[in-house]
Amino acid sequence: MVDIHFVRKSMIEEQEPPVATTGVAGWIRENLFSSPLNAVLSILSLAFIFYVLSALLPWIISPTWAATSLGECREILAGHEGACWGVIRERWLQLLFGFYPRELYWRVVLDFALLIVAVAPVLFTGLPRKMLVFSAIYPFLMPWLLWGGSVWNPIAAALGFVLGYYAHKLAKPTLGSLAAVILAFVIPIIWWAFLSGPVVDALASVLPLITLEGVESRNFGGFMLSITIGVVAIAISLPIGIVLALGRQSNLFIVRSLSVGFIEFIRGVPLITLLFVASTLLNIFMPPGTDFDIILRVIIMVTLFASAYMAEVVRGGLAALPKGQYEAADALGLDFWMAQRLIIMPQALKISIPGIVSTFIGVFKDTTLVSIIGLLDPIGLSTSIRADQAWNGVVWELYGFIALMFFIFCFSMSRYSMFLERKLQTGHR
Amino acid sequence: MKKTVFVGVLALAGMSASVAAAGLLDEVKTRGKLNCGVATGVPGFAAPDANGEWQGFDVAVCRAVAAAVLDDPTAVEFVPTTGKTRFTALASGEIDMLARNTTWTFSRDVDLKFDFVGVNYYDGQGFLVRKDLGVSSAKELDGATICIQTGTTTELNLADFFRINNMSYEPVPIETNAEGQQQYLAGACDSYTTDASGLAATRATFEDAANHVILPEIISKEPLGPLVRHGDNEWADVVRWTLNALIAAEELGVTSANVAELASAPGNNPEINRLLGTEGTLGEMLGLPADWAVKALSVAGNYGEIFEKNIGETTPIGLARGLNAQWTSGGLLYAPPFR
Repeated sequence: MVDIHFVRKSMIEEQEPPVATTGVAGWIRENLFSSPLNAVLSILSLAFIFYVLSALLPWIISPTWAATSLGECREILAGHEGACWGVIRERWLQLLFGFYPRELYWRVVLDFALLIVAVAPVLFTGLPRKMLVFSAIYPFLMPWLLWGGSVWNPIAAALGFVLGYYAHKLAKPTLGSLAAVILAFVIPIIWWAFLSGPVVDALASVLPLITLEGVESRNFGGFMLSITIGVVAIAISLPIGIVLALGRQSNLFIVRSLSVGFIEFIRGVPLITLLFVASTLLNIFMPPGTDFDIILRVIIMVTLFASAYMAEVVRGGLAALPKGQYEAADALGLDFWMAQRLIIMPQALKISIPGIVSTFIGVFKDTTLVSIIGLLDPIGLSTSIRADQAWNGVVWELYGFIALMFFIFCFSMSRYSMFLERKLQTGHR
Repeated sequence: MKKTVFVGVLALAGMSASVAAAGLLDEVKTRGKLNCGVATGVPGFAAPDANGEWQGFDVAVCRAVAAAVLDDPTAVEFVPTTGKTRFTALASGEIDMLARNTTWTFSRDVDLKFDFVGVNYYDGQGFLVRKDLGVSSAKELDGATICIQTGTTTELNLADFFRINNMSYEPVPIETNAEGQQQYLAGACDSYTTDASGLAATRATFEDAANHVILPEIISKEPLGPLVRHGDNEWADVVRWTLNALIAAEELGVTSANVAELASAPGNNPEINRLLGTEGTLGEMLGLPADWAVKALSVAGNYGEIFEKNIGETTPIGLARGLNAQWTSGGLLYAPPFR
């Protein structure tokens, strides 16, 4: 009997995994060809992608950047299919800034760059908290940079909020909280409506600190107009929406009916109707010669529209909170506003993030509707550009450029919302 | 900005009284700016160029009025209006005048309470077809599919034309001119119909323009002209006679090249003298300086020069004068005498 032993004396070297399961080949095998059905679908999809790209790429890659008219593009292309990119080269600044004076473009760029700085500390908690001060200043800085005028205008506007805050603070111990809240609303409104105008004029003549060259709203256009309307409407609609959502849940009959009435009325009317109200109906109600800025009218209407939708989104978040949370807040002895601020809202808003961001994106895209009332947003401008006989007939290039810009804005918003959701995930599910 | 809102909203009542009292001419002079409604974009008639400057045939009328009233052709606030917003913009006072190739019709003049001050372009609805369709007259279009902009007078004209001639057609509704071009080129319709000036501009953009023809029939009258609100005749006179000055200047041979020379001293032709203010007091009667017409003519010249520069045969749009020639050359342009 032969005694056969096998004793492993040394470890086998660690082997590379089979080629077919690693790297590109492995990934392809696992993800695209893991089963016959999968393989067929993959091949069909690839064929489809190839088909689309083979038609699209030769059109996109077209040596017409320098052309100055559609006719010249055709000469360059000499019968081949291709895009006429000359129109974008000549008009991209107009598509971005509209009729804003060229030497003042820096103000718009600075404004939107500062917007990112102002939003950053709100969005990224890692940043120093002191940056929030700038975020608070920004809403007053932004219109000043865009429209120009005396530096006293934004200061006076901000002063209204300061007045409201102190009215509330001083009145609360003596007059009670309801009176304090009412005063906090009434005093700033009186200030803005009657006092701030003359005071600003007086201050501007006495102390003309910094006065930026004024730019009329008429000169706003292109993406700058879309972003202005979108950002302002988005920023203002969130707080209004929260207040409306709370109002709708309130036990006070008048507050509740007003909130429900407002929300249901605005949601029951298409945005384009509100825009027509802003552009034509308000004009007829007001006496001839009244100069109530058209862009402001549109911003107000879009904000009201977005607020109603925002209110419902936030209400969804509130409804999703277990009753125990409200009771816990009561048990801790928190008053209504403290409970909202410390317990209810942080949770409700977190739940509502996808809805809120969807509303934001929707509002931003809806701003293109203003082209129907004669404002030259990117879509409106594309018509104007085609009215230049040199570019009459150029369609896809303009729409493609506009679509690409919108995609960049909307896609970053939606990625950001996903990031925010992951970050705020506290593991309840 | 905030100030504007609140002051604007609250000062309504007070302002209405003051505005109604003063005439629009004085108001424009005080404001130092003319608010002129134009189209958001019609080739040759109104379009912003790459620098954001408005150009075009209608725009030139605005600039002439601004020059006559304010001595500055750039003192114009161009307010882009769409077909839907133009009339409310004028009725509400947002604009002082509308020069947006708008057809002069009975109901717009009477019912909507506007004053058309004249005609700066005689247009009419035509048909664009492919040559290989083998059609040489609109009356042979029986059973054709036709691209037509919805909600316009052209839609109604089309229906009338086919009913009168006892023919049938299939409409392909479109929203904008750009869509019309695309649909027509893609073969979605046999014919595209809109104003003949628009068809010429559209045809000029085609790669194979020679393969398309505009049929000879013009099926409607579309006198396009500037308009103002009812009720301020002094202002209407200013706009009307500025337009007439442009037309009369062509008839009298006053051009941008010789206007300065002719205006420097009274010449042999008394009507030119009266027009240019070297004789008589026509400017004073309008409430304008004596050389108002000189200023209007110095901007871009007389009617003929404006026509040639923006839509004439030397431009890509290439419109012939046709009906828009002076009455002395067989057209319809006929400015009343300056006397």
